[in-house]
Amino acid sequence: MQYMLLCYADEAQWERQAPERIETIMQEIDAVVQDIVRSGHFRAAGRLQPVASATSVRERHGALLTTDGPFAETKEQLGGYYLVECKDLDEALGIAKRIAATHPGGLIEVRPLRPTFRG
Amino acid sequence: MNLSELHKREYGRILATLIRVVRDFDLAEDALQEAFEAALAQWPSEGPPQNPVAWLITTARHKAIDHLRRQVMAETKHDEIALLIGHDEETTVPLDALRLIFTCCHPALASDAQVALTLRTICGLTTEEIARAFLVPTATLAQRLVRAKNKIRTAGIPYEVPGNSALAERLDAVLRVVYLVFNEGFTATFGADLIRADLCAEAIRLGRLICELLPVEHEPKGLLALMLLHDARRATRTDANGAIVLLEDQDRSGWNRAAIAEGAALVPQALRGRPLSEYAVQAAIAALHAEAPTARDTDWRQIAALYGILVGIVPSPIVELNRAVAVAMADGLEQGLALLDNIHLPTYYLLPAARADLLRRLGRHAEAATAYRQALALVTNDAERQFLERRLAEVSSP
Repeated sequence: MQYMLLCYADEAQWERQAPERIETIMQEIDAVVQDIVRSGHFRAAGRLQPVASATSVRERHGALLTTDGPFAETKEQLGGYYLVECKDLDEALGIAKRIAATHPGGLIEVRPLRPTFRG
Repeated sequence: MNLSELHKREYGRILATLIRVVRDFDLAEDALQEAFEAALAQWPSEGPPQNPVAWLITTARHKAIDHLRRQVMAETKHDEIALLIGHDEETTVPLDALRLIFTCCHPALASDAQVALTLRTICGLTTEEIARAFLVPTATLAQRLVRAKNKIRTAGIPYEVPGNSALAERLDAVLRVVYLVFNEGFTATFGADLIRADLCAEAIRLGRLICELLPVEHEPKGLLALMLLHDARRATRTDANGAIVLLEDQDRSGWNRAAIAEGAALVPQALRGRPLSEYAVQAAIAALHAEAPTARDTDWRQIAALYGILVGIVPSPIVELNRAVAVAMADGLEQGLALLDNIHLPTYYLLPAARADLLRRLGRHAEAATAYRQALALVTNDAERQFLERRLAEVSSP
């Protein structure tokens, strides 16, 4: 089963972190990623630019609307994702916990993928 | 053993084994339901089979095979049918019941869904019974169960006993569900609603099952002891009119001695667990109350010490409040009163009620009356309100 780990964080708080602190966090995350690559769970991962760079496209009554900004203003923003292959939710939660533990206030939403795109 | 007793004792275990075999919650539930219906129709005339559990498992398995055969997309179900026919076990496996408990109490499910699912699958209560017990519409509860089962399937919640590293955390969640069921039944007995009192029995049954399945764990023993010791006093907690009777005024001859003995015997084992669990300490306190021949013989000094330990495990102003009362009884009313002054619980009626009681015992009736009035402004339960009004009248009369 594939699971998407959606990582949320308060961007403002993240930007206030000292560069050395961010470096330490990145090293810890790297270690987790190397582990899940080796164990065969890793499928993909990525970090997003801050929400200030976001543009939303929306269909409304037949018209396509392009606007500046994310689709919703929230305290925490989607900052990155991991796509992992796991045997069950517990395995996915185990990986999510290791990633969340690397930085204070870390929040990860774990969502299973549908088995097929259409199904 | 009659069929309804068998249902109570074995439903969850049989269902757990069926779920592992058929790998589908709903199919297993339907098949078992039909097996029990078949038993109800056949056993009275033909006599019960020699091994009723084996009969139920085999019948349910065949019902499940029938279900799968009837399904339209029969060709895709061949593997599953073959799998089912291949399984010929006739006994329940303890590990299955344990797996099912951990699945039902998985932290990925909402707390109310955990409770509903546990009562439905492990205890075999009907949706209607659970809805009535928790005072929610049957449709709401049915919806809750459907959502929970959907999440188990779509999110891939495993049907497994968690490994060592996760066991403690996951066991906490399981025990929390059991204790929630018990408390729901226990506080509800004020309403004299028998269905809700049944929840206490179900919680104790669950506690026993978990102790049996996880014999080396100490925490379940603490919880079982705590529930037994509280439940032993249930009949004497209210009088014939439903009014509250305080522990010190309860008729101790009406306490269930067998339950007290069983609970008290578990306490020393529970206290050996590390880290020390709050259930074990609370059970130790309940045992001291339950084993005191009279209210005057209560070992308040030891109880106060145990509350001191409990504060360390669960730092909460409510535990502090209980500790203050125990200190008042052990070391002097004024000392208890001084401890109460440092507790901040602005909306909890028991804080002014406790202060009122200590002031009453000290003979400071005017101050006690003020405190009783403060408590009355916060209380919500009718039986508790009547009790406070009675006490207020006592300290107000010249």
